[in-house]
Parts: sequence; C-alpha cells; structure tokens
Amino acid sequence: MSANGIGAPVRRKEDFRFITGQGQYTDDVVRPGETRAVFVRSPHAHAKIKSIDVSAARTMPGVIDVLTGAQLAGDKIGNLICGWMIHSKDGSPMKMSAHPALAAGKVNCVGDAVAVVIAESQAQGRDAAEKVKVDYEVLPAVVDPAKAQAKGAPQIHPDIPNNTIYQWHLGDQAAVKAAFDAASHVTTLDIINNRLVPNAMEPRAALAEYDAGTDNLTLWNTSQNPHVARLVISAFVGITPEHKLRVIAPDVGGGFGSKIFIYPEEVVCLWAARKVKRPVKWTADRSEAFLTDAHGRDHVTRAELALDASGKILALRAKTIANLGAYMSTFSSSVPTYLYATLLSGQYAIPSIYCEVDAVYTNTAPVDAYRGAGRPEATFVVERLIEVAARQMDLEPPELRRRNFIKNFPHQTPVIMAYDAGDYNASMKKAMEIADVKGFAKRKREAARNGKLRGLGYSTYIEACGIAPSQAVGSLGAGVGLWESAEVRVNPTGSVEILTGSHSHGQGHETTFAQLVSERLGIPFDSVSIVHGDTDKVQFGMGTYGSRSGAVGMSAIVKALDKIEAKAKKVAAFMMEAAEGDIEFKDGKFTVAGTDKSAAFGDVALNAYIAHKFTGAELEPGLKETSFYDPTNFTFPAGCHICELDIDIETGKVDIVNWTAVDDFGTVINPMIVEGQVHGGIAQGVGQALMEGAVYDQAGQLVTGSFMDYSMPHAHDLPSFHVGTTETKAPSNPLGMKGCGEAGAIASPAAVINAITDAIGSEDIAMPATANAVWSALQRAKAPKAA
Amino acid sequence: MYNFTFHRPTTVRQAAGLLARNPDGKLLAGGHSLLPVMKQRLAQPSALVDLSLVEGMTGVELKGRSVVIGAMTRHADVAKSDVLKEVMPGLAAVPGSVGDPQVRNRGTIGGSIANNDPNADYPAACLGLGATIITNKRRIAADDFFQGMYTTALEDGEIIVKVSFPIAKKAAYEKFKHPASGFALVGVFVSKRGSDIRVAVTGAGSEGVFRVPTFEEALKKRFTAKSIEGMTIPATGMNSDIHASPEYRAHLVSVLTKRALNKANA
Repeated sequence: MSANGIGAPVRRKEDFRFITGQGQYTDDVVRPGETRAVFVRSPHAHAKIKSIDVSAARTMPGVIDVLTGAQLAGDKIGNLICGWMIHSKDGSPMKMSAHPALAAGKVNCVGDAVAVVIAESQAQGRDAAEKVKVDYEVLPAVVDPAKAQAKGAPQIHPDIPNNTIYQWHLGDQAAVKAAFDAASHVTTLDIINNRLVPNAMEPRAALAEYDAGTDNLTLWNTSQNPHVARLVISAFVGITPEHKLRVIAPDVGGGFGSKIFIYPEEVVCLWAARKVKRPVKWTADRSEAFLTDAHGRDHVTRAELALDASGKILALRAKTIANLGAYMSTFSSSVPTYLYATLLSGQYAIPSIYCEVDAVYTNTAPVDAYRGAGRPEATFVVERLIEVAARQMDLEPPELRRRNFIKNFPHQTPVIMAYDAGDYNASMKKAMEIADVKGFAKRKREAARNGKLRGLGYSTYIEACGIAPSQAVGSLGAGVGLWESAEVRVNPTGSVEILTGSHSHGQGHETTFAQLVSERLGIPFDSVSIVHGDTDKVQFGMGTYGSRSGAVGMSAIVKALDKIEAKAKKVAAFMMEAAEGDIEFKDGKFTVAGTDKSAAFGDVALNAYIAHKFTGAELEPGLKETSFYDPTNFTFPAGCHICELDIDIETGKVDIVNWTAVDDFGTVINPMIVEGQVHGGIAQGVGQALMEGAVYDQAGQLVTGSFMDYSMPHAHDLPSFHVGTTETKAPSNPLGMKGCGEAGAIASPAAVINAITDAIGSEDIAMPATANAVWSALQRAKAPKAA
Repeated sequence: MYNFTFHRPTTVRQAAGLLARNPDGKLLAGGHSLLPVMKQRLAQPSALVDLSLVEGMTGVELKGRSVVIGAMTRHADVAKSDVLKEVMPGLAAVPGSVGDPQVRNRGTIGGSIANNDPNADYPAACLGLGATIITNKRRIAADDFFQGMYTTALEDGEIIVKVSFPIAKKAAYEKFKHPASGFALVGVFVSKRGSDIRVAVTGAGSEGVFRVPTFEEALKKRFTAKSIEGMTIPATGMNSDIHASPEYRAHLVSVLTKRALNKANA
C-alpha cells in the first residue's frame, strides 16, 4: 500500500474548499440577469382549486411573470413520472396518477405548488406570491397509510380507486403457509417504520438559463444523478430534447436519496427561463424542504416468523402497507418492493418467504428512497423478529442467529437475491468481543444501582448494494440500466482527469477515486483530478445512490484504466523499440522484459500525444479511454451492530453508552472515509429510532415542519462508536468492493429498539422511542393487565 | 421578512421615545425569537428598536443581598459570570442551559423574560427566586410579571432595564431538554431563602411558568427531595403536544423537582 493508495486513510481533498467556504453550490452560481422563482404553495392537504387570480400579483414591484398550472398544461409540459414499473399480483400494472409540476385544478398535499412568481428579487417574489389569490374548496384528507384504502376514505386521484397504487407480492404463499402450519413457534410483530424527513444540509435548488441564440437550456441543480435528470426532463417531461439540455450538479451538500429524484421546481425553472428569457433561480428554504423533499420510510407492517423447536427458521411472512404520499416520486415504487422484500431473508437460511405490499396514495409529501431505501425497513423487520423470537424461545439472541446464519456461498434466497460472499458469524463474533458482551451482566447490575435499566441489542443486517446489474433490475421493472461509466483522460504531462458518472455529494470521490488511480497508474495522488456532475463533460452516468459509487463507479474506472494500460503499452513499445508483448507495467514504469530499458508513465503519455515514434497507420495518437461497466450481481455488505444503552427509569430517557459496528464492506479504499460513512449512517439510524418522525395531523398539516419540532440527532445524543471491519471480497466486481454508505442507517434502528426492549422487558415500543414513549411503555409494562 | 425601519438608540429614554412613535414597533434584544418569526413573515413589525447600543444595560453586579443583571446581558455572559457563580451557581446554570452556543451568545435575559415563551428557562429562574423585574417605569415582582403564554405585565412602551435576583442560600435548576429545540420540555427551579421556598416550573404548563404551592408547602418542613416523595401534580393544565403528554409532563415536574432539590442541597 502506498501512502495515498488503496487502503490508506487519506484526508479528503475536497474538504479544503468546503471548510473554507469556497464550495460552489447551485445557489452560489450567479448568472447575469438572474431572476428568482417563488412558489405559491397549497396550505391545504387536499382541496379543489376553484380559481386562481394572479392579477394583483402581476402588478407588484419587480414581478416579471406569474405562471400557473393551466399555462404549464397549455405549453404541453409533461408530467413527472415514476420510472420503475411494478405489477400487482393480479398482473395489472401499477396505477400511477398524473403529477404535474404545477397543480392542475386540485392540490393533494400541503406544499403542492400551485403557481410561481418570477421576480427580480426573492423579497419581491415573496411579496407578490402573497398576492396570488387561490380559492380552494377544502376536501377531507387521509394521511395514515393504514386508513388510505378504507371504505369511505377520501379519494385522492379520481383515476386511482381506493388510493391503491399496487398490490404486489413476492414469494411462495402456499409453501410459507405450510411452514407456518407446521411450526412449533411463531413470533408475530406489528411494526411501524416511521416516516422521516431527509434534511440534507444544503436545501434543494435549481437555476435554469435559456440561450435564445442556440435554443439551449442549462440547468444547475442539486442532483445526485444529473444525467438521469436530463433524461427524464427531456424524454418524459418534454421540456426540450436531450441534446439541447445541459444539467450541471455542482457541489451538492448531502442528498441521502432525496436528490435522486426529479422535482417540480426544476421543471418549472426550466420552463419559466425560456418564457421570461432570463435565468430563473429557486433555492428552497428549510420550510419548503420539510414540506416538499421526498420523505423516507413510512411502512405499516405485520411480520411473522415461523421456527421449529430447535430454533431453526422455517418461514417468514410480512404484509406491508407503504405510504407513497400524494404523488409517485421518481423511484418510489421500487423502494417498498424490490429494495425491501428481496432482503427479508437477512443473514439467515430461510426456506420460504412471502411478502405482500400494498402501496397507497395519501395527502402527504411524496415518499421515495432515503438512505438505505427499503433495506432498513427489511432489516428492521427481520432483526426485530429474530430478537423477539429468541427471547420468546428463551435463547440468547446471538445463539438463535448463529443457528440460522447462511454459511455456504453462493446462497440463493427465496426472494430473488443470490448472496455471493460473506462470513456473518465472523462479524458477530468480532462485534461481541469489541462490545465486551461477556461483561454486560455486570454492567447491567451496576447501572441498576444508579437507577438505570441497561439493555443490549443486536442487529446483524444485510443489504444489497452496488445497485446493480442492468439486466436484473430491468427484469424487475426498472426503466433504466444501472451500469456506470468512466472516462480516463491522460494529459500529455502525465496527469490524469477521471470523468465519472458517479456523483459526489459528501462521499469523498475526489479523494477515493484519486487513490485508486494513483495506485493503479503509479502516479502521484495530486496528479489526478475527478470531474463529475456535468452532462456536457461526462458522456453519461447513472449517479450515486444505493452505495454504488465504489462497487460500480470505481469498477468502471478500473476497466478504463485497463484500456489505458493496454494503449500505453503500445506507445511504450514504439518508444523502446520492443515488442508490445514484452512491455511490463508496474509502479508507474513501463519496462521491457529482460532488459534495463524503461519509460516513466509521464514519458509514455507525452509520446502518446506528440506521436513522433509511430505513424498514424500504426497507432492512433492520444491516451484517453472510456468504459461502461455493468456489474454481474448486487453486492452484499453485511455486519453486526451492537447497541448498549441505559434508560433513566424516572424519565424514560435513553442514553446510548456503547456502540459497536463490525461491517464487511469487502475491499476498503479509504478506511477513514468508510468510518465516517458508518458514523453518519448510525447517527441517522439512531435518529430514526429515538428522535425523528415526520408527523402529519389528521387535516394533513405537517406538525414537524421545522427543526423546532423535528428532532435531528446531535453529536451529544451519540456515543463514540467502536468500529471494526471484517472482509470477504465481493466476487462480482474487480475491486471486491461492497459499498458502505447506507450500512449504518440500515443496521442501527433495530439494534436500538432491540436494546430498549431488552432493557424494559417489553416489546411494546414504537419508533421514535422518545423519552415519553419509553416512560409510557414502562408504565404499561408495570400496570396490572386488564382481565 | 417584510420591510421595517431600524433604530439604534443609545439611551433607554430614546428607545422609549422610538417605541412611542412606532406603535407597531418591536424592541430587538437578542433577536433569537423575534427574527425567526419575522423571516417566516409571521411577524411584521413596522420598526425595530435595537437595544444593543443602549448604555448601562449589560453586566452582572452584586448589590447588597441581590444580584442585578442588565436586561441586555447575553446568556453566555451571565453563565460565565464569576460573581454569579460565586454567590448563586444555581442561577448561573440557567442561561448556561439555553439553546446552543449561537443562541447563548446572542440571546439576552431581558429578551427572554419579555417574550415569556412557555418553554423558556429564565421565567422559571425569575419566579423560582422571586426576582424583581425593573423597567424604565417601575419595579414588578416576578409573581406579577408572568401572566400566561407570551403574556407579561409589561405595558406599551415599557422596557425591561434590569432584573434583580435575591440571593438564595439554596437554588438549583433542573431541565429536561426538548430533543428538537433544546427548550425546556419541563424545567424546574427551586430555591430556599429563609422561609421563602419556591418551586417554579416552565415548559409544562399550558399557561406558561407556574409555582407548585403543594410542593412548596411540603418543603417548608425540610427542604429535601424526601419531603415531596410520592407527591404529584395533576395532569390537567399541562401542555399536550407530539413531544410529551400532559401526564408525562406532570410526572416530570415531580422527578425534576426532586433532582433540583438534590442539586440545591449538594
């Protein structure tokens, strides 16, 4: 390992500009003549729009235009779409209702965009937006997914009966029933996976510019996947043809999934920019972010686990209602189906699994992928079930896990996924050592002396990452392929630019990708720069989500680097007058086998460009290669998290005293960045388990619409984490990487709740387990049971 | 934010004059409650009268058997006042528990009291110590000052200049933080000054800060947690929201009072 190569904890290159305030985020981009878009948003969760009067707003100072949904429709701007087709169990395609970028006659959630004011300044825009008169006929709302399908529930979209988008299933229902009938033990849990607001540090933003001379549009936006944004906006929304639209996602301050999707505001800015012939910028304020960013999770589930008398799992069954909100966001349909039910086997050999999922519309913000996307929900189901089953069967939770771990690979689960590598017991064993599980009983007694209930909870999670083989996801309904592209441009001086379709919005690609190139080409780390996030620079890319930038994005770079080496060897052969087959490449040097002749990488690069040593008939000049890499499987990061916590008996307050995470991410490029990803993931998972929860009231108002009411985890809410790794290489990609971005958020909620329920001796607690909720659970547990 | 005129008087008299000439004006102290609602366009004052340049409104002073704190003294400055930490650390702990460092370095005692947020910390300290709120017009006892959520005895044009706290031999504040906002989900200030025993609660009551006479009575015998063991207050009149039920808040009042008593006696 070189100082900056694979495996080195290199400090992040990009942090200098971020920490010194020199990042260039969308809102920092300023174009000449720029205007501001201010949206008029619905204060009602569900209402008919009887009329919109923009006349007063139009006369306000600084107003350039006021636009409504009727004009959008008049200009034939298409609807936003969900790009993953799911079929119901009866074979019928999912029912997707229209999602116009500005409401067409009806609003379906608070914050729905009704009109937009284009003004010289933000303040003038806001003043004018207040003068837009919208006459609403308020309708009853439904916010609870469990009530959305009920008879008499408000109908949100006239073309979607019972607000039901699909009724999907996976697995062998009959086999599962037979297994349950024969089981000696059945554990049943009712689970609510609480709705979360992503809260990226940088709110969403869009800046659109129209060039009347060329008829080209440029969009700067906060996107995790600018090429996909361009594709959807051109091909489906129909703003302009793909080649006439450039999308630039510059520095982006966090996404967590919420910036994968195509949102109304960027469509409206593009449309308006062409109309007013001036650049149009919109930057969400935090209140808008709470209301309009796609939320995460929001599942209601009944889950059952069947076991034989020895603790062998026979079958798992789950019935889930997934809330997709008022409109189907870009990938919303896939999250509670193929990203969820396919992981219900966990780390266990389970002969049969059956999962039913109903996806419903409600009068709430759209719900889509959020860090982990479906896999945290699956992990929570599986890891709660096994922990509770162990307690009910009077077995130690690790022992029940051990009895059921998958030990032989590859392993075909009954829910599509074929696990290719892993050693689940190794990570649990290591985690139990680091967490000093042996000393827990003593620590519990000590805590009790201080009025604390101490609990220990496990989560042995698995996820499917590196999303994923295009053919596989295509067969499951994805509208896109999920390969990644890379272009390696070697400059004549031997420095290298990597153009990648992966997008960095906090992950540190500028550092880790450079580490890979530095190691592979034997050139200095600082001689490598990473270019991403611009559709005019990078030919095409699928973007960053699903912990895929390493396993897929870096694999594409490896493939392109292989081609660079092959081409460079040809150049070196001409330079050193040797046969191409005799050229060897190592540590940045080309040598001729069996001689002392050598050429440095930089010299070869220069010769590739000056082309003095070969003719055009012999070899093309230049040194630039491209690769599109499509993996052969998902990757399966897995591991064991152990949470140890204290509960203040008097107040119910939970204090996490120890956290151990042992993860198997395959090859690790930069252990410091990986550890940071694990820390952040755990923080988000602990946030979900203890603090966070988007709450709508029955009228559909978002009660947790600001940081005064929506509890984000702070540093002081978390302990110092003990992080370790085990390693089995992913066989499906050349680097053996599995991905680490989502693991913490996937693993941790179950570990927390398992620890709390261990401490209080009752399974009767929902997320978020606030102090009040834990205290109430303690009261219920000690109250005499009603006859 | 809507437009407003901005004034920076240098004397209390000028500030009062500006308020009189701007009936829809607002005093700007720390701004940590007012500015956010202005940014959200939920408040629209025609004028802001910024008190930050007014002389003689800051500082923590020992005056006889009282500690007098200027109304514009920042939370951070009160928290780190050596004078106060010496004579009444229980009071110094109150501003030290407010919000986060940014809030503590801008927010002021006068602003907090005048706003009388039902979850604010200072009202509990004022009521729990029997403080006197000194304005440009008069002296108001804390018992008369706090009149319900966001409501005080202040009249139009009245400006808090300083707050005088009698030094209690025993005083402590115990706070259960709201997980999101950092305000007091429930906060209890207890004090003992001779025969004057006070238990003041913030955060819990639907009418803002209040005293707990039953606890105070029981503590007259002995000022210890044991004296109120098993005592509770009714859940009626407690706040109810997504963060805490009335029952839980009422329960916390008992728990935190006992913890505050232990702290005061430590």
